[in-house]
Amino acid sequence: MGLTPPKRLRLPFTWQGALTVVMYGFMYIPIVVLGVYSFNDSNRYTSVWQGFSLRWYEALMQDARLLGALQDTLFVAIVAVGISAVVGTLMALGLAKYSFPGKSLYQGVSYLPLIIPDIAIAVATLVFLASMAIPLSIWTIIAAHMVFCLAYIAVVVSSRLNGLDPNLEEAALDLGANPVQALVKVLLPELMPAIVSGCLLAFVLSIDDLLISSFTAGGGANPLPIEIFSRIRTGVKPDMNALSVLLILSSGMIAALSEYLRYKGETSQR
Amino acid sequence: MTATEPETQAPKSHSWVGRLRSGLGPLALLGPSGLWLALFLVIPTLLILDISLVPGLRPGEPTAGYGLGNYSQVFNPWDANFIFVYLQVIGRSLYYAIATTVSCLLLGFPAAYWLALMAPKRWRNLLVVAFVLPLWTSSLLRSYAWISLLRPSGLINSFINWIGDAVGVTLPNQNWLYTSTAVLIGLTYNFLPYMVLILYASLEKLDQSLLEAAADLGAKPSQTFLKVTVPQTLPGIAAGCLLVFITSMGDFVVPTLLGGASSMTISRLIYNQFLGITRNWGLGSALSMVLILAVSIAIALLLKYGDRDSVAET
Repeated sequence: MGLTPPKRLRLPFTWQGALTVVMYGFMYIPIVVLGVYSFNDSNRYTSVWQGFSLRWYEALMQDARLLGALQDTLFVAIVAVGISAVVGTLMALGLAKYSFPGKSLYQGVSYLPLIIPDIAIAVATLVFLASMAIPLSIWTIIAAHMVFCLAYIAVVVSSRLNGLDPNLEEAALDLGANPVQALVKVLLPELMPAIVSGCLLAFVLSIDDLLISSFTAGGGANPLPIEIFSRIRTGVKPDMNALSVLLILSSGMIAALSEYLRYKGETSQR
Repeated sequence: MTATEPETQAPKSHSWVGRLRSGLGPLALLGPSGLWLALFLVIPTLLILDISLVPGLRPGEPTAGYGLGNYSQVFNPWDANFIFVYLQVIGRSLYYAIATTVSCLLLGFPAAYWLALMAPKRWRNLLVVAFVLPLWTSSLLRSYAWISLLRPSGLINSFINWIGDAVGVTLPNQNWLYTSTAVLIGLTYNFLPYMVLILYASLEKLDQSLLEAAADLGAKPSQTFLKVTVPQTLPGIAAGCLLVFITSMGDFVVPTLLGGASSMTISRLIYNQFLGITRNWGLGSALSMVLILAVSIAIALLLKYGDRDSVAET
């Protein structure tokens, strides 16, 4: 970010470069269009621009049902991610530290939530809850979300652990720290960026989740994605555009923070 | 992997205490997550395997006992209960997944190539992050964004009309929404960033001196590409393709929001068996197992042929 302009800003024209620009357009035009029409001053949704207005944002703020859904979503995400942060980090530490019979099976199972389609996990969880006669509520959503939250957090923390100097913990132990002190004072500070970025990822996945929530919510809770899904299924509504803009902006900020943390972690590693 | 002996201070004389204490560490670290994964992932999956073997299981109804009825209803044309539509749905899901994979590869490779080898170095990280950023926003909302572009009075038709007006001909308007085309556009849009990210990681590792050597030795750019670049990045290509295949095969949101009744996919069909009107849990579980099986085959291929490092980086 110096004051001197870069020497050469002009790029040679290549078809790959041109296509990349088109791809960026493909990725961002739908989002931009969505955003622009959230400010359209129209009674219902049309593609005709009728002037700038914040009315749809105001409508959003008065929508008690939507605000309640947002509250449910945030509660689920915060509780699930909070518990998973501890459990997932412990799991990553355990997998790095110990070898035991069945370890690869354990590791394989821990990757499953990342790969198995949501619908299969959602169905299985519902069947399990039904067969145990556990009533569906906001807590069953949290329990189900914890599965993928802890898996993602463990993956992110594991990759950071692999990059760490294995002698770090031993040095602390040699210098007289007990295992808990070595963990809290030496390992945890090193792992913190990874834990936070894993949590951010898990948080975003949790607030976006439609399927697993749909199958585990019952009548007890109504998280935002379920509410949005039921509204947009029947077509386009400008207040949903306004909501989308707010949600996309907030997840964009979370993403930027996480990428920044990852970038910092990578540069400090080298 | 450091398999350090835990709790070396444990007194050796009381060997059972030592063993207990040395087991305590792993248990404390791996126990909670293991319990959770067992309770909410392994047991449930085994349960749907079990239920899938009970023909026509509906909640609260008496069952006929174990059998392969659910599977044979889907796959066996000689079964009296055989319904061809189910097989069609599975075929359509495969078609969507394969078509999405191909279009992501064709669109994603040049972009990843430019980002990894031709983009200005200092902007590279930022450009890649910008490409992946949409992944962080809800796929529900990203599909919703396409509804307003694809619907009859949407922007794509407005654009077509505008061009038609400019040229002086009336171009036919079309409802793009609720068609297979819309589903394919939506799936490609959703999964293109994965493909670009994995290909980028793979291309970034490409030894550029090989490309220069090939050019020095008189290879045409197309020859260099086919004989050097592609073989070198084949594991990355395989990884990207299989990942896109897996995720698009099981996707629910895009086919539901952008596709119509004629674009029923396996995930929508499963959803209907549980939360829809049909409520056939046995059939739904069987379809679920079919989906898991299809995905598992892709995962096995991924582990065998794919570049695991590039996937790990994403």
